[in-house]
Amino acid sequence: MTESNTQAAPEIQIYRIYIRATPEAIWNAITSREWAERYGYRAPVEYDLRPGGKFTGYASEAMMEHGDAPGVIIEGEVLEVDPPRRLVQTWKVLWFDEPATTLTYEIDDDEEGVSRLTVTHDLTGAPQTALQTAGMIDGAGGGWSQVFSDLKTLLETSNSLYG
Amino acid sequence: MFAYLLTCDHLVTYYRRMADDDRVFNALADPTRRFLLDLLYQRDGRTQSELEQEVEMTRFGVAKHLRILEEAGLIVIRKSGRNNLHFLNPVPIRSIYDRWMHKYTEQRAATLLALKHELESRGDTPE
Repeated sequence: MTESNTQAAPEIQIYRIYIRATPEAIWNAITSREWAERYGYRAPVEYDLRPGGKFTGYASEAMMEHGDAPGVIIEGEVLEVDPPRRLVQTWKVLWFDEPATTLTYEIDDDEEGVSRLTVTHDLTGAPQTALQTAGMIDGAGGGWSQVFSDLKTLLETSNSLYG
Repeated sequence: MFAYLLTCDHLVTYYRRMADDDRVFNALADPTRRFLLDLLYQRDGRTQSELEQEVEMTRFGVAKHLRILEEAGLIVIRKSGRNNLHFLNPVPIRSIYDRWMHKYTEQRAATLLALKHELESRGDTPE
């Protein structure tokens, strides 16, 4: 029944989505704790938004209920900050013994009232993390695709898909 | 109807999403384009010439298909030195799934899949 994933996930993953929202609203949804709890995995984040600042990703309530999740599940360091356009950070998943990866968020203006969010995740040397973010691990969620699809729905309709 | 379109933000958003979905469905409604996406799924970040080698089609034909995929947001093209690398962007497909599959099918599909599994595990159908 279970399909084993013999396929490797790409080392460079690019996710792009057009959202009917201002760049500021998207920036806020990515970097603020309150917003991060409202879409995707509903896992709170904490950013110290300056170069060298700390990034912390916490387990969601649902993950905590499963019992085996520690409080902090992802750690990173902010490398570049240019609100509301560009954020570069490292991103290390603590449950895999793999090196830190690099995550870049870019927010551009598209047509009127629409912004373009492009997320580039450089997962070189971190194949397990890559499978996770690509949503290729059974039972571990849809990865970034699911997160950003849900973010779009939340910002455009004020409702999350998985509420 | 038009008055609604002009005044009601929800409807504007709804119709815009429909247009986005149309482009994705249209892009997926062609075997060559689905094949190109599968190629990128197998190995992401390929140049156009690498993709051309895999398809029995003129350069021009492949370029046209890639443009339709790009307009639908299904691929993202990134410059790397002298090359344009093509990356699969899975988010629009996920959005279609969330919008059109997940919502309608979860309950009934789960029941049907359980039935299929039950019938097939009786042994008269090959695995």
